[in-house]
Amino acid sequence: MSKRKLKENSGANGECISQVQKILRERFCHSYATGKPFGTEQQHRHLLELLKRTTVHGESNSALIIGARGSGKTALLNHVLKELKEIKQVRENLLEVHLNGLLQTTDKAALKEITRQLQLENVVGDKVFGSFAENLAFLLEALRKGDRTSSCPVLFILDEFDLFVHHKNQTLLYNLFDVSQSAQTPVTVIGLTCRQDILELLEKRVKSRFSHRQIHLMNSFNFKQYIKIFKEQLSLPAEFPDESFAQKWNNNVQHLSEDKTVQDVLQSLFHYTKELRSLQLLLMLAVSNVTVHHPLIAASDLHEASKQYRMDSKANIVHGLSVLEICLIIAMKHLNDVYEGEPFNFQMVYNEFQKFIQRKAHCMYNYEKPVVMKAFEHLVQLELVKPLERPSVRAQREYLLMRLLLDNNQIMDALQVYPNCPTDVKQWAASSLSWL
Amino acid sequence: MNTRQKSKIIYSWYGKPTSSDRKLRTLQYKGILIVSERSRTETCIQLGEFILVEGENADQPFVAQLLDLYEDGAQQKRAVVQWFSHITEIPQNKRKLLKREVFPGEVFFDQVSGYDTDIAVETIIKSVVVTPLRLGEELPIKFENEKSFYVKQSWDGKCFKPLSPDTFSKLKAANKKGSGIPNSSNSFISSDLTSPLKQETERVVRSATKRVELEIESKHSASKSSLAKERHSQRMANGIKTPTARKKLQLNSPTRSPKTRLLGCEVLELLDDDCDTVAPLESSATKRKVKFTGILGSPPKIPRAKDKSKSVFDTAENWCSDTMQLSPYNKVKDCSEKPENLKRKYDSIPLTEDQQLSIQSLVLTPRSRRTCVQKTSARIAEQISVLNALNQEDNSLSSSDSSYSSSSEEEDDDDDVLCTPEKETKSSRTFSTPKSSRRSSVQTPAKTLKKTPLPATPKTPRNATPEIPRRNHAAQKPASVLEEARLRLHVSAVPESLPCREEEFQDIYNFVESKLIDGTGGCMYISGVPGTGKTATVHEVIRSLQQAAENDDLPSFQCVEINGMKLTDPHQAYVQILELLTGQKVTATHAAELLAKLFSTPGPKRKTTVLIVDELDLLWTRKQNVMYNLFDWPTQKHSKLIILAIANTMDLPERIMMNRVASRLGLTRMSFQPYTFKQLQQIISSRLNSIKAFEEDAIQLVSRKVAALSGDARRCLDICRRATEICELAGQKRTPEIVRMTHITEAIDEMFSSPYIKAIRSVLLHEQIFLKAILAEFRRAGVEEATVQQVYHQHVALCRIEGTQSPTISELMGICSRLGACRLLLVESSNKYIHMRVRLNISQDDVMYALKDE
Repeated sequence: MSKRKLKENSGANGECISQVQKILRERFCHSYATGKPFGTEQQHRHLLELLKRTTVHGESNSALIIGARGSGKTALLNHVLKELKEIKQVRENLLEVHLNGLLQTTDKAALKEITRQLQLENVVGDKVFGSFAENLAFLLEALRKGDRTSSCPVLFILDEFDLFVHHKNQTLLYNLFDVSQSAQTPVTVIGLTCRQDILELLEKRVKSRFSHRQIHLMNSFNFKQYIKIFKEQLSLPAEFPDESFAQKWNNNVQHLSEDKTVQDVLQSLFHYTKELRSLQLLLMLAVSNVTVHHPLIAASDLHEASKQYRMDSKANIVHGLSVLEICLIIAMKHLNDVYEGEPFNFQMVYNEFQKFIQRKAHCMYNYEKPVVMKAFEHLVQLELVKPLERPSVRAQREYLLMRLLLDNNQIMDALQVYPNCPTDVKQWAASSLSWL
Repeated sequence: MNTRQKSKIIYSWYGKPTSSDRKLRTLQYKGILIVSERSRTETCIQLGEFILVEGENADQPFVAQLLDLYEDGAQQKRAVVQWFSHITEIPQNKRKLLKREVFPGEVFFDQVSGYDTDIAVETIIKSVVVTPLRLGEELPIKFENEKSFYVKQSWDGKCFKPLSPDTFSKLKAANKKGSGIPNSSNSFISSDLTSPLKQETERVVRSATKRVELEIESKHSASKSSLAKERHSQRMANGIKTPTARKKLQLNSPTRSPKTRLLGCEVLELLDDDCDTVAPLESSATKRKVKFTGILGSPPKIPRAKDKSKSVFDTAENWCSDTMQLSPYNKVKDCSEKPENLKRKYDSIPLTEDQQLSIQSLVLTPRSRRTCVQKTSARIAEQISVLNALNQEDNSLSSSDSSYSSSSEEEDDDDDVLCTPEKETKSSRTFSTPKSSRRSSVQTPAKTLKKTPLPATPKTPRNATPEIPRRNHAAQKPASVLEEARLRLHVSAVPESLPCREEEFQDIYNFVESKLIDGTGGCMYISGVPGTGKTATVHEVIRSLQQAAENDDLPSFQCVEINGMKLTDPHQAYVQILELLTGQKVTATHAAELLAKLFSTPGPKRKTTVLIVDELDLLWTRKQNVMYNLFDWPTQKHSKLIILAIANTMDLPERIMMNRVASRLGLTRMSFQPYTFKQLQQIISSRLNSIKAFEEDAIQLVSRKVAALSGDARRCLDICRRATEICELAGQKRTPEIVRMTHITEAIDEMFSSPYIKAIRSVLLHEQIFLKAILAEFRRAGVEEATVQQVYHQHVALCRIEGTQSPTISELMGICSRLGACRLLLVESSNKYIHMRVRLNISQDDVMYALKDE
């Protein structure tokens, strides 16, 4: 085997690797659903039937899709819409209006958006004219003109539905639901929300007009299916150019899914969150380790990624602190222990630190007070320490009441991995009484 | 402003009282003298003449014949009239009975009984000509260029009939009598064409200056009520000379084409007016023709924009030619279309205001012979007033729009600015097809800015009626019994009758009916929890009242409905009511004024108005002036307003209304009780109407459930609908399925079961541990609140027991915020990190129950 051949081989490999990276990254980041969502067959059917009836029979409806964040509400809806649009009769018969509670923060903005998306007559270009009152009257007039059999059905999709509830008088919701309950243009209002108590937020008149159809998404798949999703997410598609490489890659993925460490990693993630997005994030970290010299994902990659993924953010900050700052944090920890979580001020921390310096520490330099103050303020800026109230001009900084935003466990964990930590500091951290 | 103007017009009797009635202490007269102080003109209207009477819509005064004039015991000058109806006054659904086109200016001899024929003299505006025509008779040409009405048929509220020979001859006679006064058609055509040139130009200038002055004056009064405007302009039109304003007009005229055009015909009319009063202006019609041909030879190809200093003579010619152009009926129509284009022109408000005023004043020139002009321009004025209202709100129209719209606009401008008098006179003299003649004048000028030969811009009206596009495929008919049932059970399906609300229906019906018959006003307050059929019942009442009115059992009325939830602001209620009543679009404050005026003054021919105010509580403002006004109007003597106010709470008047508002609302209350299960059962059965889709027990179950919960009929119907779906899904085997108890139970569970238990059962391992940790912490501390830090320690301990890896704080925060987003937990804002306080949003027992079951 000559060197050149090896090089060629690696070149071809490199091509493959970059292809793999591209495909997988696209899949993870754009997060378009690769397969059918798991465990939502019933909800899927319900929603599909509902929308089909709207478009085919012109029946007005309203429904809410409720589920925790990342439970696939939007994915379900998109799936259903995609499926619906494959029917010709539906495709040509449906007007969609997409609203998002985060974008349309007032009814005025929402009305303009609706008028724009429906392309009604008072739209010029992309702008909508007229005052709020006119727009409302206009839209209601437009909707009133239609009737069940002749008008094109309109599908209103309200993302972040719970935010629309906070609009003044819930005017928009009232009107949409009212239209859906009267013999006007057929409309279907679909709300997407993660709040379980959404019905309690609706005003009584609005609630009465809402049909009370709720589609709950529970993320009710088990670990076996989770492994399946894992495989599906990582596998290369059949149309990958280099077939042999794809074969190899997919076999490797199959092996991985049976590997004990990988299963452990996935299990712990599964216990923590079922969201598809977090799985994708984990895989993203693992996939970015793939290079020409390391063409296939190993179990260790996933383990490493999971470690990275589960890192505690505040403890991470502690790693980068100076010894003096660590000492201050330890002093605060002791104060917390002694006073049972009561707030403290800089002077108390400084006194505690002084005690340590005077009695125990041999390797620590006795810093002057302003220097310690500076270190303390750095901690405040990192938000490891938080003042109870806003610092006012009158109050002296030394006596401002503070709270530590770290738990004892976090501090001890961080100290374990802190590089070159002086031993007496470590001892001091372990016990506040040992030096007495 | 308004009152000041009013004082300027003096109505006095003409001649001595002809007869008197001792008993009633009335004195009858045969004529009335209307003296306008401002313009120093006198008009005399005698018995039998036709008059215009102020109506609720300023743009469309009523037409009537003066039958009697008398002064009653209270020294009030009264008149008895015979009404004529415009086509717009006839109900929409009856118009098709006519089976033919209505010409502008056509009125109908009114034989509807309900109208008050006794009016106050002060509402008379001026006299007009109404000519009776035989049914088959075509519209005579000579009327086309006149401001007159003609009548062919009579209208008695149910059908159109040809005029009886008796009335015909009477009307004819009245007309004859009127022709003695110099506003008869024949005599005046000659007179207006005959003035010696010099005299004429002078008059032109004078009238033009009048117009200018009017514009200047009225710029600041543009926001006044249109009624005031109308009067105002009418008075102003009668001539005050301000010589300085002449130049201004010339400056203005070239740039504002539609105005000058209208001014032109205006001028002619004013000329006529003057001719009538000033006798020696008589001359022959041929003379004018000569004059025009004379101009034909002259080569004044200078655009008018430049000739500020040109002789009055020239301008006069221009105007004359303009009017000549206007005179045939079709052309008038044509020119009146332009202001429609004008609608698109948004450049400046003052401009449109000017136009509006000029148009309005045109409508109202005392000698209103040009019927068609009046008609069309009334329409224009209305549209422009709409536009003005619009304009005030968005001046920020994009340039794209204005450029798009200006194409047709510019062309009109060119038309007027650049066309030479020669061409115009030619075109007007030749009387070729009106359209082409006007268009030809567009193309003639040498200095045309636009070379394009008339781009056929589609004239889409700006305020088109909004519409959702139609569907491409027909909606499917329900195929199965279940689908049919679902369709009938939809809340929107209108049932033939409303079961279980017969009593309430009767009460409301009786209330409105009695008020209608009495011709008085009143309020009724209707309350009830949502879904108890308040609005539906009221609509039903209105529907059957309308039915009765059509059958002539009741005086006809108009119904207006507003909904507090469909308004963006309580004050918008005025705007909506006014728009629904008269079609005017104005601002809220202005609308309030107009409505107050409408309901407080005795309007002749006004029908009773039934106003439905839904969701009344939303009309609450801090000063409560909207509610106050609403309930104050019916108490006015002449309001003829019946208000049906609907809200949810029974004690709304006591709770949120001030005493003065609550007192005006009165004590006519009605409350709708929630439906009982029997009623709900009846509602479902009556809707299903012998369709065998539900088991009897199933219906009973659902009605009992809903009655126990809320008594909301909407809920009941929704459950039934959902049950049919579940049933359909369950029985896919093409067997005729029927909704049973199980389906209903499933539907009810789906809709009403608490989502929390299910949600907790579906949460992940660590989330469950977290909830358990919270419970443990609550038990330890004895307080139903804990910080994340405390929960974290419990969590770690629990994890040790369970033998799982304990999470980091970051992960725990993630769990916490996720549960918080679902509102299983109530959490503080997250900037407190581990000191963030956590509470459960559900009872501890529920959590325990949900977690233990595993």
